[in-house]
Order: sequence, then structure tokens, then C-alpha cells
Amino acid sequence: MIAMDNARLIELVRSVAGTAEEVKNTTPLSLSIDASALILVCEQLHKNPETYFDMLTCVTGVDNGPEANTMEVIYQLYSIPFNHSLMLKVILPRENPEIESVTSIWKSADWLEREVFDMFGIVFKNHPDLRRILMPADWNGYPLRKDYKHEETYRGIKID
Amino acid sequence: MKETQYIFSPDNLVASEPNKFDASKLKSEEMIINLGPQHPSTHGVLRLEVLSDGEIIKDVVPHIGYLHRCFEKHAESLPFNQIIPFVDRMDYLAAMNSEHAYAMGVERMLGITNQIPKRVEYIRVLVAELNRIASHLIAVGTFGLDLGAFTPFFWIMRDREHILRLLEWASGARMLYNYIWVGGLFYDVPVGFEKRCREFITYFKPKVIELEQLLVDNKIFIDRTANIGVLPLNLAINSGATGPMLRGSGLRFDLRKVDGYSVYPELDFDIPIGEGKMGATGDCWDRTWVRVREIHESLHIMQQCIDKLEGEHKRTREFDPQALVPKKIRPQAQEIYVRAENPKGELGFYFRTDGKSDIPFRCKVRACSFVNLSILPELCKGVLIADLIAILGSIDIVLGEVDR
Repeated sequence: MIAMDNARLIELVRSVAGTAEEVKNTTPLSLSIDASALILVCEQLHKNPETYFDMLTCVTGVDNGPEANTMEVIYQLYSIPFNHSLMLKVILPRENPEIESVTSIWKSADWLEREVFDMFGIVFKNHPDLRRILMPADWNGYPLRKDYKHEETYRGIKID
Repeated sequence: MKETQYIFSPDNLVASEPNKFDASKLKSEEMIINLGPQHPSTHGVLRLEVLSDGEIIKDVVPHIGYLHRCFEKHAESLPFNQIIPFVDRMDYLAAMNSEHAYAMGVERMLGITNQIPKRVEYIRVLVAELNRIASHLIAVGTFGLDLGAFTPFFWIMRDREHILRLLEWASGARMLYNYIWVGGLFYDVPVGFEKRCREFITYFKPKVIELEQLLVDNKIFIDRTANIGVLPLNLAINSGATGPMLRGSGLRFDLRKVDGYSVYPELDFDIPIGEGKMGATGDCWDRTWVRVREIHESLHIMQQCIDKLEGEHKRTREFDPQALVPKKIRPQAQEIYVRAENPKGELGFYFRTDGKSDIPFRCKVRACSFVNLSILPELCKGVLIADLIAILGSIDIVLGEVDR
């Protein structure tokens, strides 16, 4: 078995997702796909013996700010047998961002997605236990959004 | 005049962190036990909500965030070089390793990775390996402490002190160094540092063997850890375990070899893996054993670094470790994911820069302790409460990194 090169990887993702745009200036290769195709693409990448991305190392959210009015969820995939990395990117609207959870494919997505939910308010559908993880359950707002306003007090305690 | 820090209201006394389990919905034999957040065996401020049937654990829910400082929010308002002290405060037991990973990431964005002088790289690896030993010592020692072995803890603290003093000599701080800078180092190592490192290795080698004999090969220790908390390899990979957790389950996977960053390709070292010597592969004993073996390997790496630092890349009058440190760090607009092998696993940094400012647009940390801790509920189904402590200790978490 030989690892796929980037061109074939893009082709494979395109054949599943319909469209897959290559993002410029990224390390490793980054592909932007449609939110609705995420689960299909991930399942394919995970199971296909030529790609075999068996590890989901990181899930990140990025808020592009109120001007761009978009948010992104970025998945870092890694294949141990092929030593190959891929950055999958999904762009979401800023109002009520929702995306399918990938916990059914990779267990590591559980806490990583909870953190993204906690920090950005992106809802992961079909997540087994979507609660805030780092912030208190009654905290207002999502701290890593670009338009987040700092709280003055929390339960009567002044925040400086 | 001092302002009032706290305004009282009865609402403030309501628990802000509700429990996952509802006491009114439990079956008659079940009960909820809260472990932590202030409990020595949780290794920091970690709260474990345990649903148990007598001594048998049915489910564990870790509650984290007590040490949350939102590093990522801070990083979005600081220039790249000023983030380094914050990086130290994540995994405060292995700050050098975290700094190394961070500096490497920013250098890769600037495209100066290949220009870093070899002497700088060897010093980086030397201090990082020293810190790796210190971190593993704490992991092994406190694990023994969790299981009731008191003496090894004093031994490791004694030996760790030598490492901390060496690093203090080099950087001026005992634990939070700010020593490895983007593009270089804070300062060259002090005169005589290499010799003292050599002395330390000579002193320390028999001590590790002693520690191994006292703790890891001890019958009581083996009885408490063998076949406990077995993490099968496929589960380990699927749930994102890295570092000694993954190697304990039997996969020879070390980013120092796989990615070959810094000068690691020029150094000779082995990757120890769990072989199931005392029970099933991937149990608590295997993870501890991997850590002890890694201490030996780190000593071996240090030896080679010192040889290079005294020979091929020795100190010269002209050598300036800050020569390549950029005055202004403004990488081009890009996205990058960088990873490095920390003592606890894969530490990853995701950066997004816009090319117009000196601060990152987004800086995300993939913390190894965070992901490794998320496997705990999986490992603890159906074990005894005493074994939960053993499993938690064998994961080796630092809450500063879990919560960031």
C-alpha cells in the first residue's frame, strides 16, 4: 500500500463531497467542504484503505468576525500507517451554527467538539453529551467569538 | 480605597456547576461520589463525579475547567514572542517542551526553520530532554504516591531538584522558563553547563535503576497496576491517545522519530513500547514502564547532545543565540498545524495569521492531557474505586494543560 498523494486525495474527497475547495497557504493540505457532506467524507476517509485517517487529532473553531459573518470548524486528521495529514474545513453561518458530530467515527471528537461548542457556540448535532466543558454551565456568551464582551461580574465576584 | 470585591446575593450560592447525574433518578443501590476538586490524587483541580454501586464504578464524569484561563483568548491579543510565557503555564511540569513546540511552529510560519544554528537546536533538545525527565519523574513518583508508595516520591523530588537547578542556572527560573525564543534562545547555556549535565547523568543513571527496582518491579505495585485500566490499541488510536498512553498500548509511535523535527534525526534513541510484561498490553503498569524506559532514552539523547555541544558545535565568542530572533514577528497570511512530542503526548498548535498584524488571528492548542483525560470514563467502567485512582495516575495529566 502506498500513501495517496495530495492530488488523488482531493479527487477522492471531491467524488464524495461534490465540491472540495483547496485552501491556499496551509500546512498540511486543507480542503474546504460543504457542511452537509461532512459525515460522508469523514466516513470515507476513515474507512478507505487508501486513506485510512485513523486519528482525529484536533477540532478547532474559528470565528471570522461579524464582518465576514462566518465561522469555521477545522478538523485535523492524521493517518498513522501512511503518515499523512489533512485539514478538513467546514464553513458555517454565524447565526445558529450547526454541524453534524463526528463522534460516531472518532471517539476523540467527544471532548474536542464540546470545547468548540463551549467557546464558539457551534452546536454539534447527535453529540452524545453536548455540555459546556471549560466554562461554568451558567456562563453567558461564547468567549472566543470575536465580538465577545467581557463580563463585569460573575456571581457577585468582580472580574478585573 | 478598596472596592468591594464581592457583592452578596442569595442566588450566588446556588451551585454553578450542576452534576451530570440526578440523585433522585438513581437506582436504589447506586450512589454518587464526588472526588475532588481538592483532592491530592486528582493531581490538581479535577472533579470526578463517580456513579458507583458499592465499590464498583458504573460511570465517571470528569468535570474540568477549574483552572481555565483561556490561553487562546489571551493569545489573540499578544504578539507572538509575548505568548511564550503563557505557553509555559500550560504544562508547567514540562515548560521547555511546550516552548520548543511553540517556537518551532512560529519559525515554520516565518520560514526560518532551516536557518536556526545547530548549537541552538542542540541546546533546545538538551533542555527539553532534561525537562522530559523531570516530567516523567513526577508522573512516576506521584503515581506511586497515589498507590500508597511514599518513599519513591521523595527520591524523585530529590533528583528532580537537580534538574530544576540546572534549568534555573540556564534560564533564571525553576519551572516557567521563557528560555526558548522564536528564532533562538534567551541566552547561551552558562559556562560549565555541559560538564554539570554530564555529572548529573553519571549521578542519575543508577538512581533510575534504583527507582525501577523500588517501585516499578515491586510486587505490591505490580499487583495494583497490572491488568488494571487496559487500553486496547484500537481504542487508544480512535480516542486520540498519544504519548506514553499510546506507546503503552503497544504502538511504536513517537513524533520525534515520525516527524523528525529539530535535530532528532541526528540522534540515536529507541522508542520503548508496552509489551504486556506483567499483564495485558496497555495496562497501568505498561504505561509507567514506558515512562521509566523513556527516562533512560532521554539520558542517552542528552549524552549525545552534550558531546555535540562540547565538540562539533562548541561555544565560540561570536556565537549569539539571539542573532536570528526577529525584532518583529509578522508571518504571511496562512494556516498551519504544528505538533511535537511532549512528555505527555502530542502537543499541537494551530495558527491562523492574517499577514497584517503581529498577533495571531487564532491560536489553538491541542493539549495532550486534555485528550488523554477524555478516555478516563471509557477505562473506568466496572472497576473498583481504588483502581480509578490508579488509572487516573497512570494517565499523567497536568490540569494546567487540561484547562489551559
